[in-house]
Amino acid sequence: MALLKSSKLVSAIGAFSPAMGVFPARASSWWTEVQMGPPDPILGVTEAFKRDTNPKKMNLGVGAYRDDNGKPFVLSCVRKAEALIASKQLDKEYLGIGGLGEFSKACAELALGPDNEVLQSKRSITVQTISGTGSLRIGANFLSRFHTVARDVYLPKPTWGNHTPIFRDAGMQLKAYRYYDPATCGFDFAGALDDISKIPEHSVIMLHACAHNPTGVDPRPEQWKEMSEVIKRRKLLVFFDMAYQGFASGDIDRDAWAVRHFIQEGHNVLLSQSFAKNMGLYGERVGGFTVVCADAEEAKRVESQLKILIRPIYSNPPMNGARIASTILHTPDLRTLWLEEVKGMADRIISMRELLVANLKKEGSTHNWQHVIDQIGMFCFTGLKPEQVERLTKEFSVYMTKDGRISVAGVTSGNVGYLAHGIHQVTK
Amino acid sequence: MALLKSSKLISSIGTHSSVLGVFPIRASSWWSEVQMGPPDPILGVTEAFKRDTNPKKMNLGVGAYRDDQGKPYVLSCVRKAEALIAAKKLDKEYLPIGGLGEFNKACAVLALGPDNEVLKSGRSITVQTISGTGSLRIGADFLSRFHTSVRDVYLPKPSWGNHTPIFRDAGMQLKAYRYYDPSTCGFDFKGALDDISKIPEKSVIVLHACAHNPTGVDPRAEQWKELSAVIKKRNLLVFFDMAYQGFASGDIDRDAWAVRHFIEQGHNIVLSQSFAKNMGLYGERVGGFTVVCKDAEEAKRVESQLKILIRPIYSNPPMNGARIASAILTTPDLYAEWLVEVKGMANRIIKMREQLVGNLKKEGSSHNWQHVIDQIGMFCFTGLKPEQVERLTKEFSIYMTKDGRISMAGVTSGNVGYLAEGIHAVTK
Repeated sequence: MALLKSSKLVSAIGAFSPAMGVFPARASSWWTEVQMGPPDPILGVTEAFKRDTNPKKMNLGVGAYRDDNGKPFVLSCVRKAEALIASKQLDKEYLGIGGLGEFSKACAELALGPDNEVLQSKRSITVQTISGTGSLRIGANFLSRFHTVARDVYLPKPTWGNHTPIFRDAGMQLKAYRYYDPATCGFDFAGALDDISKIPEHSVIMLHACAHNPTGVDPRPEQWKEMSEVIKRRKLLVFFDMAYQGFASGDIDRDAWAVRHFIQEGHNVLLSQSFAKNMGLYGERVGGFTVVCADAEEAKRVESQLKILIRPIYSNPPMNGARIASTILHTPDLRTLWLEEVKGMADRIISMRELLVANLKKEGSTHNWQHVIDQIGMFCFTGLKPEQVERLTKEFSVYMTKDGRISVAGVTSGNVGYLAHGIHQVTK
Repeated sequence: MALLKSSKLISSIGTHSSVLGVFPIRASSWWSEVQMGPPDPILGVTEAFKRDTNPKKMNLGVGAYRDDQGKPYVLSCVRKAEALIAAKKLDKEYLPIGGLGEFNKACAVLALGPDNEVLKSGRSITVQTISGTGSLRIGADFLSRFHTSVRDVYLPKPSWGNHTPIFRDAGMQLKAYRYYDPSTCGFDFKGALDDISKIPEKSVIVLHACAHNPTGVDPRAEQWKELSAVIKKRNLLVFFDMAYQGFASGDIDRDAWAVRHFIEQGHNIVLSQSFAKNMGLYGERVGGFTVVCKDAEEAKRVESQLKILIRPIYSNPPMNGARIASAILTTPDLYAEWLVEVKGMANRIIKMREQLVGNLKKEGSSHNWQHVIDQIGMFCFTGLKPEQVERLTKEFSIYMTKDGRISMAGVTSGNVGYLAEGIHAVTK
């Protein structure tokens, strides 16, 4: 049997099987040229974290919410929704290609507001997708197929790592506009306007609706207004990525303000939504993709083409998470409970930010850590340099991505002091 | 408000909004050129069925199992698995990119058999996918990226309708080999061998492992052996689509025989599995994609590239269905119950085939309906011509696809007599 382990001798196996001819079946291989691909940058962080035996270790790479005991948090409204659903003993028949209708409706209302003119005139189409990634990819594929006037997609610099392969694998070209200012750890407003004003007409521009990932830096409303103007002048196709509605400020309407403003200003946007974070439905894969169209007739045409695009990717989306999300959004008690729980998560993150800065001051740090409080959402771009990040990991077992991004979700009242201590040591 | 409905007048909206400039935003539209796509052929059948008011109407287009009352059927082992899972109060953290590990392992064991040399040597990789469609598409994308020597994929004629856009949208070219013989309503073995013997080396050939869709016509074991030998001689890359394991004959090992035989004969196949039908998990979207490699080292390389491919499509797969399937496959009581239920579904289908033919004889039909009994799985290629199908629909409210394919799952002891009456009326 040792023969089985050696590819050189595998061809000899041909002689053992009576049904085989002399043709050495396994001598060649279909996948000889397939290279080992690089490991995922975030996963690498978690893997190293798992191997670490230091009891004080902290995983600040994880992009998933943790409670104040550092544990995953399944929302109470989710458990209640699950119980409701289970009691109905529903069947498991295929959803339509575009997903659960009541979910798609609620999803659009959540983003746009129930009284939005777009919804009243039925001039948008929302399809259920496989969370945010699935939504972005459907959007990218749709652009690749139907937005043939321009192949360029402009991403903010920096942006979520997966944006690049999503658009690239869909056949689009990636470009960037200035966004983060390392000098201030804040928004490079002048740089963004400058770059955007030069983007060729009809290009696609991706905007993070709130809680920018990875920087946590969001434009202020007055800045959003100016960006809307420039983008309008340049005739760009706006693609909003909203993965943190409710999670950023704790207020779902406030977090959707930019999306709604742009629509009001006449941008017929594309919009990706995720319920991974704001409903804690990570592994259930719940999301939506919306196209705001000129009118209802166009929305119908777009819908038909979205279905034709989706059908050969996965036929129809997974039901479980959409049923949970839909139940929460449509059941008044559950919706109210959800809004409280989302605010609770956002508030805990905000209080960790404040605690971290307070502890840094207590440690005696003379740096300006205001950005830690100003930044929004799950992530914080600390401003730490790669060598400082490396020291934090090696000397304190505090794990984060090389760019100095920490997931504030991994910070608890129990470990924030230790984190501050470590950060101070590597930056003093 | 009627203004909102007319795209021609939409430009005047610009003047109503105080913040808009003179620039007529909605005058142009991103999606003016997007055409209304053709409706899905199967869905059209169901939609027409729904509109029909005839109390005797029958929907034989539906590719989903129905019990003898014509109702969707959620397996008892599935309900039990769900209860087990709910009791554990598991979290909803992201699965890895390749999905739930214990599911992948059980999925491969189910297809290959627990003692398969491939599994013992670790020379395969199985990733969880979004049911069968998701699996096929991942496979198609993988071929497109890494099997660059040849772009052609050979499908049996006919094949499942969605195969074509799956491979085409992934960038492959579609070709066909003879498969179904309309004169016998059976397998065109000679034609298949003839065509396959001329396929250029290294092309991809898709084989339906069992219960061919749409014809229900499967090769016999001796025929599979010859097919394997010819395919080996031509040095083709075999892609098995196994969507009905257990559902075809009622015996999971018997239904996987062809897959296992080919592997034994040295074909390093790629394999798509679906649990939509055999576990009734349709809308939960549970499936697997397997690549049989030369050795464990190659399997690792292939795995790394599959992850890189999957990550920008949907990041990681939905958890719920995989947890259910995994619980069933790895819990002895549930597994035993599942096998009984799958056999029950297969047996009901077989019985309906026999009753249909029995009733046709009773009606006085002089045609040879043996193929209805010989064909395997959910579907039956009746041999009815389009005009006969149209009459069946118009005069008897019996709905099926234009090619004369009926889903035996839609036949019950209560309506089989009516079906036979209708078929006899249009064929006598």
